[in-house]
Amino acid sequence: MEQILFKHTRHGRCLPFDEYRSTGGFEALAKALSEMAPADVQQQVIDSGLRGRGGAGFPTGRKWSFVPRNLAGPRYLICNSDEMEPGTYKDRMLLERNPHLLIEGMALACYALGVQHAFIFVRHGYEQAAENLRHAIAAAHRSGFLGSNILGSTFSLELDVHQSAGRYICGEETALINALEGIRANPRAKPPFPAIKGLWGQPTVVNNVETLANIPAIITNGPLWWKNTAAIPEAAGTKLFCISGHVVNTDCFELPLGMTLGEIIDGPCGGMRPGSRFKACIPGGASTPFFTNAHRDVPMDFDPVAKAGSRLGTGGIIVFDQTTCMVAVTLNLIRFFARESCGWCTPCREGLPFVRHTLERIESGRGEAQDIDILREHVQMLNYAFCALAPGAMGPVEGLLNHFEDELLEHIAERRCPLTGDRAVADRTG
Amino acid sequence: MIPAHLKTDLEQRVAAAVTNREAAVDVMKALQRHYGWLTDEALDEASQLLKMSPLQVEELATFYEMIYRRPVGRHVVHVCDSISCWASGGETLLESLANLLNIECGSTTPDGAVTLLPCSCLGNCGEAPCMMVGEKQYGRVTLEMGAEIVAALRNNSLGISATS
Ligand SMILES: Cc1cc2nc3c(=O)[nH]c(=O)nc-3n(C[C@H](O)[C@H](O)[C@H](O)COP(=O)(O)O)c2cc1C
Ligand code: SF4
Ligand code: FES
Repeated sequence: MEQILFKHTRHGRCLPFDEYRSTGGFEALAKALSEMAPADVQQQVIDSGLRGRGGAGFPTGRKWSFVPRNLAGPRYLICNSDEMEPGTYKDRMLLERNPHLLIEGMALACYALGVQHAFIFVRHGYEQAAENLRHAIAAAHRSGFLGSNILGSTFSLELDVHQSAGRYICGEETALINALEGIRANPRAKPPFPAIKGLWGQPTVVNNVETLANIPAIITNGPLWWKNTAAIPEAAGTKLFCISGHVVNTDCFELPLGMTLGEIIDGPCGGMRPGSRFKACIPGGASTPFFTNAHRDVPMDFDPVAKAGSRLGTGGIIVFDQTTCMVAVTLNLIRFFARESCGWCTPCREGLPFVRHTLERIESGRGEAQDIDILREHVQMLNYAFCALAPGAMGPVEGLLNHFEDELLEHIAERRCPLTGDRAVADRTG
Repeated sequence: MIPAHLKTDLEQRVAAAVTNREAAVDVMKALQRHYGWLTDEALDEASQLLKMSPLQVEELATFYEMIYRRPVGRHVVHVCDSISCWASGGETLLESLANLLNIECGSTTPDGAVTLLPCSCLGNCGEAPCMMVGEKQYGRVTLEMGAEIVAALRNNSLGISATS
Protein backbone atom coordinates (compact mmCIF):
# COMPACT_ATOMS: atom_id res chain seq x y z
CA MET A 1 0.00 0.00 0.00
CA GLU A 2 1.31 3.39 -1.02
CA GLN A 3 2.56 5.41 1.96
CA ILE A 4 2.59 9.10 1.10
CA LEU A 5 2.20 10.74 4.48
CA PHE A 6 3.81 7.98 6.53
CA LYS A 7 6.54 7.25 3.98
CA HIS A 8 9.28 8.10 6.46
CA THR A 9 7.63 6.69 9.52
CA ARG A 10 9.61 4.80 12.06
CA HIS A 11 7.74 4.49 15.29
CA GLY A 12 9.03 6.60 18.12
CA ARG A 13 11.07 9.13 16.21
CA CYS A 14 10.73 12.41 14.39
CA LEU A 15 12.29 12.48 10.92
CA PRO A 16 15.47 14.62 10.88
CA PHE A 17 15.44 17.52 8.43
CA ASP A 18 18.52 16.25 6.56
CA GLU A 19 16.96 12.87 5.98
CA TYR A 20 13.82 14.51 4.65
CA ARG A 21 15.98 16.51 2.24
CA SER A 22 18.07 13.56 1.09
CA THR A 23 14.94 11.53 0.31
CA GLY A 24 13.35 14.12 -1.95
CA GLY A 25 12.02 16.57 0.62
CA PHE A 26 11.42 20.16 -0.58
CA GLU A 27 11.87 19.09 -4.19
CA ALA A 28 8.21 19.71 -4.89
CA LEU A 29 8.69 23.27 -3.65
CA ALA A 30 11.82 23.71 -5.76
CA LYS A 31 9.98 22.34 -8.78
CA ALA A 32 6.98 24.61 -8.26
CA LEU A 33 9.10 27.71 -7.79
CA SER A 34 11.23 27.08 -10.87
CA GLU A 35 8.72 25.55 -13.30
CA MET A 36 5.19 26.38 -12.25
CA ALA A 37 3.05 29.48 -11.93
CA PRO A 38 0.90 29.73 -8.77
CA ALA A 39 -2.19 29.00 -10.87
CA ASP A 40 -0.57 25.74 -12.09
CA VAL A 41 -0.08 24.54 -8.53
CA GLN A 42 -3.72 25.29 -7.78
CA GLN A 43 -4.81 23.53 -10.97
CA GLN A 44 -2.88 20.38 -10.06
CA VAL A 45 -4.55 20.34 -6.67
CA ILE A 46 -7.94 20.69 -8.38
CA ASP A 47 -7.06 17.90 -10.83
CA SER A 48 -5.96 15.58 -8.03
CA GLY A 49 -9.46 15.55 -6.55
CA LEU A 50 -8.05 16.22 -3.07
CA ARG A 51 -10.83 16.79 -0.55
CA GLY A 52 -10.26 18.37 2.86
CA ARG A 53 -9.22 15.95 5.58
CA GLY A 54 -10.49 18.13 8.45
CA GLY A 55 -13.97 16.66 8.54
CA ALA A 56 -16.15 18.30 5.91
CA GLY A 57 -14.36 16.94 2.83
CA PHE A 58 -14.58 20.15 0.84
CA PRO A 59 -12.52 20.05 -2.41
CA THR A 60 -9.26 21.80 -1.56
CA GLY A 61 -8.44 23.33 -4.93
CA ARG A 62 -11.95 24.73 -5.21
CA LYS A 63 -11.68 26.30 -1.75
CA TRP A 64 -8.45 27.98 -2.84
CA SER A 65 -10.12 29.30 -5.98
CA PHE A 66 -12.56 31.38 -3.88
CA VAL A 67 -9.75 33.66 -2.72
CA PRO A 68 -9.90 36.90 -4.74
CA ARG A 69 -6.71 37.21 -6.78
CA ASN A 70 -6.12 40.88 -7.29
CA LEU A 71 -6.94 42.43 -3.94
CA ALA A 72 -4.37 44.64 -2.27
CA GLY A 73 -3.32 43.75 1.26
CA PRO A 74 -2.27 40.54 2.93
CA ARG A 75 -4.03 37.21 2.76
CA TYR A 76 -3.50 34.26 5.08
CA LEU A 77 -3.32 30.50 5.27
CA ILE A 78 -4.10 28.81 8.56
CA CYS A 79 -3.28 25.18 9.14
CA ASN A 80 -5.90 23.69 11.43
CA SER A 81 -4.22 21.40 13.93
CA ASP A 82 -6.82 21.80 16.66
CA GLU A 83 -7.76 18.13 16.42
CA MET A 84 -10.05 17.85 19.42
CA GLU A 85 -12.69 15.56 17.92
CA PRO A 86 -12.71 12.50 20.21
CA GLY A 87 -11.31 9.44 18.47
CA THR A 88 -9.02 11.52 16.27
CA TYR A 89 -5.24 11.63 16.58
CA LYS A 90 -3.93 11.50 13.00
CA ASP A 91 -2.58 15.06 12.81
CA ARG A 92 -0.64 14.39 15.98
CA MET A 93 0.92 11.28 14.44
CA LEU A 94 1.87 13.17 11.32
CA LEU A 95 3.44 16.06 13.23
CA GLU A 96 5.27 13.82 15.65
CA ARG A 97 6.74 11.80 12.78
CA ASN A 98 7.31 14.27 9.97
CA PRO A 99 6.61 17.98 10.48
CA HIS A 100 8.64 18.87 7.35
CA LEU A 101 5.95 17.46 5.07
CA LEU A 102 3.41 19.92 6.46
CA ILE A 103 5.84 22.81 6.10
CA GLU A 104 6.54 21.97 2.48
CA GLY A 105 2.81 21.53 1.84
CA MET A 106 2.07 24.88 3.43
CA ALA A 107 4.81 26.58 1.40
CA LEU A 108 3.27 25.18 -1.79
CA ALA A 109 -0.23 26.26 -0.76
CA CYS A 110 1.02 29.74 0.13
CA TYR A 111 2.77 30.01 -3.22
CA ALA A 112 -0.44 29.04 -5.00
CA LEU A 113 -2.49 31.49 -2.94
CA GLY A 114 -0.07 34.41 -2.79
CA VAL A 115 0.20 34.18 0.98
CA GLN A 116 3.27 35.55 2.77
CA HIS A 117 2.33 34.89 6.38
CA ALA A 118 0.76 31.65 7.54
CA PHE A 119 -0.15 30.17 10.91
CA ILE A 120 -0.29 26.69 12.35
CA PHE A 121 -2.96 26.47 15.05
CA VAL A 122 -1.94 23.67 17.42
CA ARG A 123 -4.23 22.36 20.14
CA HIS A 124 -3.32 22.19 23.81
CA GLY A 125 -1.55 18.99 24.78
CA TYR A 126 0.37 18.61 21.52
CA GLU A 127 3.58 19.93 23.02
CA GLN A 128 5.79 17.51 21.09
CA ALA A 129 4.11 18.37 17.81
CA ALA A 130 4.52 22.10 18.45
CA GLU A 131 8.17 21.65 19.36
CA ASN A 132 8.81 19.54 16.24
CA LEU A 133 7.20 22.26 14.16
CA ARG A 134 9.34 25.01 15.66
CA HIS A 135 12.51 23.02 14.98
CA ALA A 136 11.37 22.16 11.48
CA ILE A 137 10.53 25.80 10.71
CA ALA A 138 13.97 26.89 11.93
CA ALA A 139 15.66 24.21 9.80
CA ALA A 140 13.66 25.20 6.73
CA HIS A 141 14.64 28.83 7.30
CA ARG A 142 18.32 27.94 7.55
CA SER A 143 18.16 26.10 4.24
CA GLY A 144 16.29 28.86 2.44
CA PHE A 145 12.90 27.12 2.13
CA LEU A 146 11.23 29.77 4.29
CA GLY A 147 11.90 33.48 4.73
CA SER A 148 12.55 36.08 2.04
CA ASN A 149 13.02 35.22 -1.63
CA ILE A 150 12.76 31.47 -1.20
CA LEU A 151 15.30 29.62 -3.41
CA GLY A 152 16.06 32.87 -5.19
CA SER A 153 12.46 33.43 -6.31
CA THR A 154 10.22 36.42 -5.56
CA PHE A 155 8.19 34.26 -3.15
CA SER A 156 8.60 34.96 0.57
CA LEU A 157 6.92 33.25 3.50
CA GLU A 158 6.87 33.32 7.30
CA LEU A 159 5.24 30.55 9.36
CA ASP A 160 4.10 31.04 12.96
CA VAL A 161 2.94 28.42 15.46
CA HIS A 162 -0.02 29.34 17.68
CA GLN A 163 -0.65 27.08 20.67
CA SER A 164 -4.17 26.98 22.01
CA ALA A 165 -5.42 26.36 25.53
CA GLY A 166 -8.00 23.66 24.91
CA ARG A 167 -11.50 24.08 23.50
CA TYR A 168 -13.09 21.92 20.81
CA ILE A 169 -14.91 24.79 19.11
CA CYS A 170 -11.56 26.39 18.21
CA GLY A 171 -11.36 23.80 15.42
CA GLU A 172 -14.37 25.30 13.62
CA GLU A 173 -12.73 27.53 11.06
CA THR A 174 -14.36 30.86 11.92
CA ALA A 175 -14.03 30.24 15.67
CA LEU A 176 -10.40 29.36 14.98
CA ILE A 177 -9.90 32.71 13.29
CA ASN A 178 -11.31 34.46 16.35
CA ALA A 179 -9.12 32.35 18.63
CA LEU A 180 -6.04 33.27 16.62
CA GLU A 181 -6.93 36.95 16.79
CA GLY A 182 -7.21 36.62 20.58
CA ILE A 183 -10.98 37.02 20.62
CA ARG A 184 -13.32 34.66 22.48
CA ALA A 185 -13.66 31.74 20.09
CA ASN A 186 -17.33 31.86 19.12
CA PRO A 187 -17.94 31.10 15.45
CA ARG A 188 -18.56 33.95 13.04
CA ALA A 189 -21.56 34.28 10.76
CA LYS A 190 -21.04 32.96 7.21
CA PRO A 191 -21.13 34.57 4.66
CA PRO A 192 -18.78 36.27 4.33
CA PHE A 193 -16.69 33.12 4.10
CA PRO A 194 -13.11 33.24 5.34
CA ALA A 195 -11.84 33.06 1.75
CA ILE A 196 -13.31 36.56 1.30
CA LYS A 197 -13.06 37.98 4.81
CA GLY A 198 -11.16 35.99 7.40
CA LEU A 199 -8.20 36.63 9.68
CA TRP A 200 -8.04 40.37 10.48
CA GLY A 201 -10.66 40.88 7.80
CA GLN A 202 -8.40 39.57 5.03
CA PRO A 203 -8.93 36.64 2.64
CA THR A 204 -8.01 33.47 4.52
CA VAL A 205 -7.85 29.77 3.73
CA VAL A 206 -8.16 27.27 6.58
CA ASN A 207 -6.94 23.75 5.80
CA ASN A 208 -6.33 20.69 7.89
CA VAL A 209 -2.82 19.33 8.57
CA GLU A 210 -3.38 16.15 6.58
CA THR A 211 -4.84 18.06 3.63
CA LEU A 212 -1.77 20.29 3.35
CA ALA A 213 0.68 17.43 3.91
CA ASN A 214 -0.62 15.80 0.72
CA ILE A 215 0.30 18.73 -1.55
CA PRO A 216 4.02 17.88 -2.04
CA ALA A 217 3.20 14.39 -3.38
CA ILE A 218 0.64 15.85 -5.79
CA ILE A 219 3.23 18.27 -7.18
CA THR A 220 6.08 15.73 -7.28
CA ASN A 221 4.23 12.75 -8.75
CA GLY A 222 1.42 14.49 -10.56
CA PRO A 223 -2.29 14.68 -9.74
CA LEU A 224 -3.22 11.46 -11.53
CA TRP A 225 -0.66 9.34 -9.75
CA TRP A 226 -1.80 10.79 -6.47
CA LYS A 227 -5.49 10.28 -7.21
CA ASN A 228 -4.90 6.65 -8.18
CA THR A 229 -3.44 5.71 -4.83
CA ALA A 230 -7.07 5.27 -3.71
CA ALA A 231 -8.66 1.82 -3.66
CA ILE A 232 -11.60 2.69 -5.92
CA PRO A 233 -11.75 4.87 -9.04
CA GLU A 234 -14.22 7.36 -7.52
CA ALA A 235 -11.93 8.11 -4.56
CA ALA A 236 -8.75 10.19 -4.53
CA GLY A 237 -5.62 9.56 -2.50
CA THR A 238 -4.91 7.88 0.80
CA LYS A 239 -6.32 8.71 4.20
CA LEU A 240 -5.03 8.52 7.73
CA PHE A 241 -7.45 6.38 9.70
CA CYS A 242 -7.00 6.50 13.44
CA ILE A 243 -8.41 3.52 15.23
CA SER A 244 -9.49 3.15 18.82
CA GLY A 245 -11.77 0.93 20.83
CA HIS A 246 -12.09 -2.83 20.99
CA VAL A 247 -9.89 -4.02 18.12
CA VAL A 248 -6.44 -5.60 18.41
CA ASN A 249 -4.36 -2.81 16.83
CA THR A 250 -5.43 0.63 17.93
CA ASP A 251 -3.08 2.64 15.78
CA CYS A 252 -3.09 5.21 13.00
CA PHE A 253 -2.84 3.73 9.49
CA GLU A 254 -2.41 5.34 6.10
CA LEU A 255 -4.81 3.44 3.85
CA PRO A 256 -6.17 3.91 0.34
CA LEU A 257 -9.48 5.76 0.43
CA GLY A 258 -12.30 3.43 -0.49
CA MET A 259 -11.26 0.29 1.40
CA THR A 260 -14.37 -1.12 3.04
CA LEU A 261 -14.98 -0.86 6.74
CA GLY A 262 -14.73 -4.64 7.05
CA GLU A 263 -11.40 -4.72 5.21
CA ILE A 264 -9.99 -2.11 7.57
CA ILE A 265 -11.19 -3.85 10.70
CA ASP A 266 -10.12 -7.35 9.66
CA GLY A 267 -6.91 -6.14 8.01
CA PRO A 268 -4.74 -3.47 9.65
CA CYS A 269 -6.84 -3.41 12.84
CA GLY A 270 -6.14 -7.11 13.32
CA GLY A 271 -9.80 -7.89 13.97
CA MET A 272 -11.63 -7.70 17.27
CA ARG A 273 -9.92 -8.39 20.59
CA PRO A 274 -10.19 -11.91 21.96
CA GLY A 275 -13.66 -12.35 23.38
CA SER A 276 -14.98 -9.31 21.56
CA ARG A 277 -17.52 -9.33 18.78
CA PHE A 278 -18.16 -6.29 16.58
CA LYS A 279 -21.32 -4.47 17.55
CA ALA A 280 -20.98 -0.98 16.11
CA CYS A 281 -18.48 1.72 15.34
CA ILE A 282 -18.22 5.44 14.94
CA PRO A 283 -16.81 5.77 11.42
CA GLY A 284 -15.31 9.27 11.41
CA GLY A 285 -14.86 10.87 14.80
CA ALA A 286 -17.28 11.66 17.62
CA SER A 287 -19.77 13.64 15.55
CA THR A 288 -20.61 10.93 13.01
CA PRO A 289 -23.63 8.55 13.16
CA PHE A 290 -22.90 4.92 14.07
CA PHE A 291 -22.23 2.14 11.63
CA THR A 292 -23.24 -1.45 12.41
CA ASN A 293 -22.49 -4.90 11.00
CA ALA A 294 -24.74 -3.98 8.09
CA HIS A 295 -22.17 -1.39 6.99
CA ARG A 296 -19.07 -3.57 6.76
CA ASP A 297 -19.08 -3.39 2.97
CA VAL A 298 -19.32 0.39 2.77
CA PRO A 299 -16.23 1.81 1.04
CA MET A 300 -14.60 4.27 3.44
CA ASP A 301 -14.69 7.33 1.20
CA PHE A 302 -16.61 10.59 1.51
CA ASP A 303 -19.60 9.93 -0.75
CA PRO A 304 -20.23 6.22 -0.01
CA VAL A 305 -20.11 6.86 3.76
CA ALA A 306 -22.50 9.81 3.36
CA LYS A 307 -24.80 7.68 1.22
CA ALA A 308 -24.84 5.06 3.96
CA GLY A 309 -26.09 7.66 6.43
CA SER A 310 -22.94 8.81 8.19
CA ARG A 311 -19.83 10.89 7.47
CA LEU A 312 -16.20 10.00 6.78
CA GLY A 313 -15.38 12.96 9.05
CA THR A 314 -11.85 12.84 10.39
CA GLY A 315 -11.28 9.14 9.76
CA GLY A 316 -11.35 8.38 13.48
CA ILE A 317 -12.89 4.90 13.72
CA ILE A 318 -13.99 3.92 17.22
CA VAL A 319 -15.04 0.28 17.51
CA PHE A 320 -17.41 -1.13 20.14
CA ASP A 321 -17.98 -4.76 21.06
CA GLN A 322 -21.05 -6.65 22.22
CA THR A 323 -20.61 -5.59 25.86
CA THR A 324 -21.05 -1.92 25.02
CA CYS A 325 -24.31 -0.12 25.73
CA MET A 326 -25.02 2.20 22.82
CA VAL A 327 -27.14 4.48 24.99
CA ALA A 328 -24.15 4.89 27.29
CA VAL A 329 -21.88 5.57 24.30
CA THR A 330 -24.24 8.25 23.04
CA LEU A 331 -24.51 9.75 26.51
CA ASN A 332 -20.73 9.98 26.75
CA LEU A 333 -20.58 11.74 23.40
CA ILE A 334 -23.37 14.17 24.25
CA ARG A 335 -21.66 15.01 27.55
CA PHE A 336 -18.59 15.97 25.56
CA PHE A 337 -20.51 18.15 23.12
CA ALA A 338 -22.65 19.80 25.81
CA ARG A 339 -19.49 20.67 27.72
CA GLU A 340 -17.72 21.95 24.62
CA SER A 341 -20.67 24.03 23.35
CA CYS A 342 -19.36 27.58 23.13
CA GLY A 343 -22.64 28.92 24.50
CA TRP A 344 -23.17 31.47 21.76
CA CYS A 345 -26.58 30.30 20.51
CA THR A 346 -29.59 29.06 22.45
CA PRO A 347 -30.48 25.80 20.62
CA CYS A 348 -27.03 24.37 21.35
CA ARG A 349 -26.44 25.94 24.77
CA GLU A 350 -29.82 24.81 26.10
CA GLY A 351 -30.59 21.90 23.80
CA LEU A 352 -27.50 19.73 24.31
CA PRO A 353 -27.79 19.68 28.14
CA PHE A 354 -31.45 18.75 27.71
CA VAL A 355 -30.56 15.87 25.41
CA ARG A 356 -27.87 14.81 27.85
CA HIS A 357 -30.41 14.85 30.64
CA THR A 358 -32.87 12.79 28.62
CA LEU A 359 -30.20 10.17 27.85
CA GLU A 360 -29.16 10.11 31.50
CA ARG A 361 -32.72 9.35 32.49
CA ILE A 362 -33.00 6.53 29.95
CA GLU A 363 -29.63 5.00 30.81
CA SER A 364 -30.43 5.01 34.54
CA GLY A 365 -33.81 3.37 34.04
CA ARG A 366 -35.98 6.46 34.46
CA GLY A 367 -36.84 6.92 30.79
CA GLU A 368 -40.35 7.23 29.37
CA ALA A 369 -41.61 6.17 25.95
CA GLN A 370 -42.06 9.81 24.95
CA ASP A 371 -38.33 10.44 25.48
CA ILE A 372 -37.67 8.81 22.13
CA ASP A 373 -39.86 11.39 20.40
CA ILE A 374 -38.08 14.12 22.34
CA LEU A 375 -34.73 12.86 21.09
CA ARG A 376 -36.06 12.68 17.53
CA GLU A 377 -37.37 16.21 17.73
CA HIS A 378 -34.01 17.48 18.96
CA VAL A 379 -32.16 15.85 16.08
CA GLN A 380 -34.26 18.11 13.84
CA MET A 381 -34.19 21.18 16.05
CA LEU A 382 -30.47 21.36 16.54
CA ASN A 383 -30.00 21.80 12.81
CA TYR A 384 -31.04 25.40 13.47
CA ALA A 385 -28.05 26.12 15.67
CA PHE A 386 -25.51 28.78 14.68
CA CYS A 387 -22.67 26.43 13.71
CA ALA A 388 -22.02 22.81 12.81
CA LEU A 389 -21.12 21.73 16.36
CA ALA A 390 -24.72 21.12 17.39
CA PRO A 391 -25.87 19.13 14.34
CA GLY A 392 -22.61 17.17 14.66
CA ALA A 393 -23.37 16.45 18.29
CA MET A 394 -26.73 15.03 17.28
CA GLY A 395 -25.13 12.70 14.69
CA PRO A 396 -24.65 9.87 17.19
CA VAL A 397 -28.15 10.45 18.61
CA GLU A 398 -29.54 10.07 15.11
CA GLY A 399 -27.51 6.88 14.68
CA LEU A 400 -28.82 5.59 18.01
CA LEU A 401 -32.42 6.22 16.93
CA ASN A 402 -31.90 4.67 13.50
CA HIS A 403 -29.97 1.55 14.45
CA PHE A 404 -30.52 0.93 18.15
CA GLU A 405 -34.08 1.96 18.85
CA ASP A 406 -34.69 -1.52 20.27
CA GLU A 407 -31.93 -0.91 22.80
CA LEU A 408 -33.56 2.37 23.82
CA LEU A 409 -36.93 0.66 24.19
CA GLU A 410 -35.37 -2.11 26.25
CA HIS A 411 -33.92 0.45 28.67
CA ILE A 412 -37.32 2.06 29.03
CA ALA A 413 -39.27 -1.19 29.39
CA GLU A 414 -36.85 -2.86 31.83
CA ARG A 415 -36.28 0.39 33.73
CA ARG A 416 -32.56 -0.33 33.76
CA CYS A 417 -29.60 -0.62 31.42
CA PRO A 418 -29.67 -4.21 30.15
CA LEU A 419 -25.86 -4.20 29.83
CA THR A 420 -24.49 -2.24 32.76
CA GLY A 421 -27.41 -3.10 35.02
CA ASP A 422 -28.47 -0.80 37.79
CA ARG A 423 -25.22 1.05 38.06
CA ALA A 424 -26.10 4.61 38.89
CA VAL A 425 -25.46 7.17 36.21
CA ALA A 426 -23.86 10.19 37.76
CA ASP A 427 -25.28 13.51 36.68
CA ARG A 428 -21.96 15.02 35.74
CA THR A 429 -22.45 18.44 34.28
CA GLY A 430 -18.74 18.80 33.51
CA MET B 1 4.83 40.03 40.76
CA ILE B 2 6.51 38.32 37.87
CA PRO B 3 10.31 38.32 37.56
CA ALA B 4 11.89 40.93 35.26
CA HIS B 5 13.11 38.35 32.72
CA LEU B 6 9.64 36.86 32.27
CA LYS B 7 8.21 40.35 31.89
CA THR B 8 10.79 41.19 29.20
CA ASP B 9 10.10 37.91 27.38
CA LEU B 10 6.39 38.56 27.34
CA GLU B 11 6.83 42.19 26.27
CA GLN B 12 8.84 40.89 23.34
CA ARG B 13 6.19 38.33 22.50
CA VAL B 14 3.51 41.02 22.48
CA ALA B 15 5.71 43.35 20.40
CA ALA B 16 6.20 40.60 17.78
CA ALA B 17 2.48 39.87 17.49
CA VAL B 18 0.40 41.15 14.59
CA THR B 19 -1.97 42.68 17.16
CA ASN B 20 -1.51 42.64 20.95
CA ARG B 21 -4.45 40.34 21.39
CA GLU B 22 -2.90 37.69 19.21
CA ALA B 23 -0.42 37.03 22.02
CA ALA B 24 -3.10 36.74 24.70
CA VAL B 25 -3.14 32.95 25.00
CA ASP B 26 0.66 32.77 25.13
CA VAL B 27 0.75 35.44 27.84
CA MET B 28 -1.94 33.75 29.93
CA LYS B 29 -0.20 30.38 29.65
CA ALA B 30 3.17 31.83 30.64
CA LEU B 31 1.68 33.59 33.66
CA GLN B 32 -0.17 30.43 34.65
CA ARG B 33 3.09 28.48 34.44
CA HIS B 34 4.61 31.01 36.83
CA TYR B 35 1.79 31.24 39.38
CA GLY B 36 0.29 27.76 38.98
CA TRP B 37 -3.07 29.29 38.06
CA LEU B 38 -4.23 32.55 36.55
CA THR B 39 -4.49 34.59 39.74
CA ASP B 40 -6.19 37.99 39.94
CA GLU B 41 -2.72 39.50 40.02
CA ALA B 42 -1.78 37.56 36.89
CA LEU B 43 -4.94 38.74 35.18
CA ASP B 44 -3.99 42.37 35.89
CA GLU B 45 -0.46 41.77 34.67
CA ALA B 46 -1.76 40.16 31.51
CA SER B 47 -4.09 43.07 30.89
CA GLN B 48 -1.20 45.54 31.25
CA LEU B 49 1.11 43.55 28.99
CA LEU B 50 -1.58 43.11 26.34
CA LYS B 51 -3.10 46.58 26.72
CA MET B 52 -6.49 44.95 27.07
CA SER B 53 -8.96 45.60 29.87
CA PRO B 54 -9.01 43.02 32.69
CA LEU B 55 -12.52 42.11 31.58
CA GLN B 56 -11.32 41.38 28.05
CA VAL B 57 -8.65 39.07 29.44
CA GLU B 58 -11.17 37.45 31.79
CA GLU B 59 -13.45 36.79 28.85
CA LEU B 60 -10.67 34.76 27.23
CA ALA B 61 -9.38 33.13 30.38
CA THR B 62 -12.74 31.66 31.31
CA PHE B 63 -13.21 30.27 27.81
CA TYR B 64 -10.32 27.83 27.77
CA GLU B 65 -10.29 24.44 29.44
CA MET B 66 -6.63 24.63 30.40
CA ILE B 67 -6.57 28.13 31.88
CA TYR B 68 -7.38 27.85 35.58
CA ARG B 69 -9.12 30.85 37.11
CA ARG B 70 -9.36 29.11 40.47
CA PRO B 71 -6.53 27.81 42.65
CA VAL B 72 -5.21 24.37 41.75
CA GLY B 73 -2.73 22.08 43.43
CA ARG B 74 0.96 21.97 42.57
CA HIS B 75 0.15 19.21 40.10
CA VAL B 76 -2.97 19.07 37.97
CA VAL B 77 -3.96 15.56 36.90
CA HIS B 78 -6.34 15.47 33.96
CA VAL B 79 -8.02 12.18 33.12
CA CYS B 80 -9.61 11.96 29.68
CA ASP B 81 -13.31 11.16 29.86
CA SER B 82 -14.06 11.16 26.13
CA ILE B 83 -15.33 8.21 24.14
CA SER B 84 -12.25 6.11 23.29
CA CYS B 85 -10.91 6.34 26.81
CA TRP B 86 -14.37 5.69 28.21
CA ALA B 87 -14.55 2.52 26.11
CA SER B 88 -11.21 1.41 27.56
CA GLY B 89 -11.81 1.94 31.25
CA GLY B 90 -11.22 5.68 31.64
CA GLU B 91 -14.12 6.05 34.07
CA THR B 92 -12.69 3.37 36.35
CA LEU B 93 -9.29 5.05 36.21
CA LEU B 94 -10.76 8.39 37.25
CA GLU B 95 -12.70 6.79 40.10
CA SER B 96 -9.68 4.88 41.31
CA LEU B 97 -7.52 8.01 41.36
CA ALA B 98 -10.21 9.91 43.22
CA ASN B 99 -10.32 7.10 45.80
CA LEU B 100 -6.54 6.98 46.11
CA LEU B 101 -6.33 10.72 46.60
CA ASN B 102 -9.40 10.60 48.79
CA ILE B 103 -10.96 13.58 47.04
CA GLU B 104 -13.87 14.21 44.72
CA CYS B 105 -13.07 14.63 41.10
CA GLY B 106 -12.72 18.39 40.56
CA SER B 107 -11.03 19.14 43.87
CA THR B 108 -7.56 19.39 45.40
CA THR B 109 -5.91 17.29 48.10
CA PRO B 110 -5.76 19.08 51.47
CA ASP B 111 -1.95 19.27 51.28
CA GLY B 112 -2.28 21.24 48.03
CA ALA B 113 -0.32 18.62 46.07
CA VAL B 114 -2.77 17.35 43.49
CA THR B 115 -5.90 18.59 41.72
CA LEU B 116 -7.88 15.93 39.89
CA LEU B 117 -9.92 16.97 36.86
CA PRO B 118 -11.63 15.18 33.98
CA CYS B 119 -10.80 16.55 30.55
CA SER B 120 -11.84 16.30 26.93
CA CYS B 121 -10.08 13.99 24.45
CA LEU B 122 -6.30 14.37 24.63
CA GLY B 123 -5.81 13.29 21.02
CA ASN B 124 -4.15 10.06 22.08
CA CYS B 125 -7.13 7.76 21.66
CA GLY B 126 -5.10 4.84 20.27
CA GLU B 127 -3.45 4.59 23.67
CA ALA B 128 -6.60 4.83 25.76
CA PRO B 129 -7.09 5.31 28.62
CA CYS B 130 -5.05 8.51 28.83
CA MET B 131 -4.16 11.12 31.37
CA MET B 132 -2.09 14.27 31.48
CA VAL B 133 -0.10 15.73 34.36
CA GLY B 134 0.76 19.34 33.71
CA GLU B 135 1.81 19.14 30.07
CA LYS B 136 3.05 15.56 30.16
CA GLN B 137 0.84 12.89 28.64
CA TYR B 138 0.49 9.24 29.62
CA GLY B 139 -1.17 6.53 27.54
CA ARG B 140 -2.36 2.98 28.23
CA VAL B 141 -2.64 3.91 31.89
CA THR B 142 -3.45 0.88 34.02
CA LEU B 143 -4.82 1.37 37.51
CA GLU B 144 -1.38 0.43 38.88
CA MET B 145 0.35 2.95 36.65
CA GLY B 146 -2.12 5.65 37.64
CA ALA B 147 -1.47 4.86 41.30
CA GLU B 148 2.30 5.05 40.77
CA ILE B 149 2.11 8.37 38.97
CA VAL B 150 -0.04 9.88 41.68
CA ALA B 151 2.18 8.49 44.42
CA ALA B 152 5.22 10.06 42.77
CA LEU B 153 3.45 13.40 42.63
CA ARG B 154 2.59 13.23 46.31
CA ASN B 155 6.12 12.23 47.27
CA ASN B 156 7.39 15.19 45.37
CA SER B 157 5.23 17.39 47.57
CA LEU B 158 6.96 15.83 50.60
CA GLY B 159 10.33 16.73 49.18
CA ILE B 160 11.30 13.49 47.42
CA SER B 161 11.85 14.06 43.72
CA ALA B 162 9.26 12.76 41.27
CA THR B 163 10.13 10.32 38.53
CA SER B 164 8.16 11.92 35.74
C1 LIG C 1 -17.08 22.03 15.95
C2 LIG C 1 -16.08 21.84 14.84
C3 LIG C 1 -14.79 21.44 15.13
C4 LIG C 1 -13.85 21.27 14.11
N1 LIG C 1 -12.59 20.88 14.45
C5 LIG C 1 -11.67 20.73 13.46
C6 LIG C 1 -10.34 20.34 13.77
O1 LIG C 1 -10.00 20.13 14.93
N2 LIG C 1 -9.45 20.22 12.76
C7 LIG C 1 -9.81 20.46 11.46
O2 LIG C 1 -8.97 20.38 10.57
N3 LIG C 1 -11.06 20.82 11.14
C8 LIG C 1 -11.99 20.97 12.10
N4 LIG C 1 -13.25 21.36 11.77
C9 LIG C 1 -13.55 21.66 10.34
C10 LIG C 1 -13.12 23.07 10.00
O3 LIG C 1 -14.16 23.98 10.27
C11 LIG C 1 -12.73 23.22 8.54
O4 LIG C 1 -13.75 22.72 7.76
C12 LIG C 1 -11.45 22.48 8.18
O5 LIG C 1 -10.39 22.85 9.01
C13 LIG C 1 -11.09 22.79 6.75
O6 LIG C 1 -9.95 22.07 6.38
P1 LIG C 1 -9.99 21.08 5.15
O7 LIG C 1 -10.74 21.77 4.04
O8 LIG C 1 -8.57 20.87 4.82
O9 LIG C 1 -10.69 19.86 5.61
C14 LIG C 1 -14.22 21.52 12.77
C15 LIG C 1 -15.53 21.91 12.48
C16 LIG C 1 -16.45 22.06 13.49
C17 LIG C 1 -17.84 22.48 13.14
S1 SF4 D 1 -23.97 25.63 17.79
FE1 SF4 D 1 -23.03 25.50 19.83
S2 SF4 D 1 -20.85 25.73 19.42
FE2 SF4 D 1 -21.94 26.49 17.57
S3 SF4 D 1 -22.24 28.69 17.95
FE3 SF4 D 1 -24.04 27.68 18.78
S4 SF4 D 1 -23.49 27.41 20.97
FE4 SF4 D 1 -21.59 27.79 19.89
S1 FES E 1 -10.74 9.84 23.86
FE1 FES E 1 -9.23 9.93 25.41
S2 FES E 1 -7.51 10.59 24.31
FE2 FES E 1 -9.09 10.68 22.80
